[in-house]
Amino acid sequence: MPPERANAAVIEARSIVKRFGPVRAVDGISLEIAAGRVTAILGPSGSGKSTLLRCLNFMEIPDSGEVLFLGSPVRVRDRALDGLRARVGMVFQQFNLFPHLRVWENVALAPRVVRGAPSPVARSFALALLDRVGLADKAQAHPSELSGGQQQRAAIARALAMEPVALLFDEPTSALDPELRGEVLEVMRSLAAEGRTMAVVTHEVAFARAVAHEVVFMDAGRVVERGAPAQVIDAPANERTRRFFAS
Amino acid sequence: MIGPDGHLYSGPSGRLARAPWWALALALAATVFAWRTATSALYADIFWRILSGLGVTLAVTAAAFPLAVALGLATALGLVSGHPVRRNAAALYVQVARGVPILVQIFIVAFVAVPLGVDALRWAGHGSAALGGLRASDVPMGARVVAALVCAYGAFEAETIRGGLTSLHRGQAEAARALGLSQRQALWHVLLPQTVRRILPTLGNDLISLLKDSSLVSVLGVRDMTQEARLYASATFRYTESLTLLALFYLALTLVLAMGVKALEHRYRRHAA
Repeated sequence: MPPERANAAVIEARSIVKRFGPVRAVDGISLEIAAGRVTAILGPSGSGKSTLLRCLNFMEIPDSGEVLFLGSPVRVRDRALDGLRARVGMVFQQFNLFPHLRVWENVALAPRVVRGAPSPVARSFALALLDRVGLADKAQAHPSELSGGQQQRAAIARALAMEPVALLFDEPTSALDPELRGEVLEVMRSLAAEGRTMAVVTHEVAFARAVAHEVVFMDAGRVVERGAPAQVIDAPANERTRRFFAS
Repeated sequence: MIGPDGHLYSGPSGRLARAPWWALALALAATVFAWRTATSALYADIFWRILSGLGVTLAVTAAAFPLAVALGLATALGLVSGHPVRRNAAALYVQVARGVPILVQIFIVAFVAVPLGVDALRWAGHGSAALGGLRASDVPMGARVVAALVCAYGAFEAETIRGGLTSLHRGQAEAARALGLSQRQALWHVLLPQTVRRILPTLGNDLISLLKDSSLVSVLGVRDMTQEARLYASATFRYTESLTLLALFYLALTLVLAMGVKALEHRYRRHAA
């Protein structure tokens, strides 16, 4: 990031509303994902945090509101969204690796197919990324031969393969045994240390406190409180926030 | 059935009890008939006669199956399409093709659709010499039969492929689209390869069914194995020998196909999702 863009919003959501039937899962939220910073989205189950995150790359189409990517509004057309998504990586709770492809092929697929990178180039880049997340020795394996933690690290490598300007993490450790969370959080911590732009929906309060620059606390589709982790997590002003972090 | 441990098919588990005795019985019958073919002039006669139709049986199957799968794929994509016209057209075709007996479809294609189509072509190109002189009898019965089988089996394959596609976890398509793959790229590189692995057993079954249903071509006088056996039997009144050998021919073919499908399945099962 050139210095003048530092802290500019990579993704900016303006009054996003997303309904599921009568439920307003996201009820008019505005949010900035600032360049080079980690935004953690916390809140109880069903508070709409995943839905909000998924609205940022239009995996859910908001009912109203607007998303700006690098300052310009995103048009909700199938083709235009492909361009946005190719530049915003996403990591899912259930990993969603492609089971029919080897681990390195999972990572190399999008560069090869979307960008038209020559196979050897995509392959060596994939291997480098797998090395980066500590999976160099699993490149030839199939996803089913990996532990959950390894699968999620491979999924992170896959999200990095398109050299994204921002990374969205949707509860990346929620499907993992406590023992396996550490290795995934470690990778995420090192990405944050590189100055990557990240938005993380998570239940890992300790991780948010240690890594996030900004914490957004949600309840019932609304942002209850936001600010530095030391403020929101350790000295919340709002009663609902206090109750959540006290438990 | 269901054993005390809740597993299906529990029973004696010794090597003898689990041996495929049915295969032995079949092999025995085949040996008897092979021996008869080698020693009896009549059986040898029938054997060569049926063998002369093997090419047609295989050609009809080999032509119809890939076309039926292609039609099925196009139809399946219509069935899951968001486009109402495509979806309804696909559903209409599936319901009609599944609801009319294959034999009736063969008659309709051969004696109604083809003459109508030829008439239409002739009318459309009445200026040109090539089309103007076209007659329904120029369309070989073999081609009409293949068209009818493709029409009938395309509907089965459409349902099979649709079922496979919709059985995939939603996260697969999401992950593909989130990486920036277009609809088509996601389908081609992520969804269809997994679908094929999942529906391989069903596809294999359909291929075997199609091979057997190719015997229906005999009603149009196409000289496949069945037609050859029927002609031989009605000329010589050797029904028992002709039809038994005919059945063994089909059995041998379907067993080989079944083994091929098993081998493919085995190869793909490990990472089938």
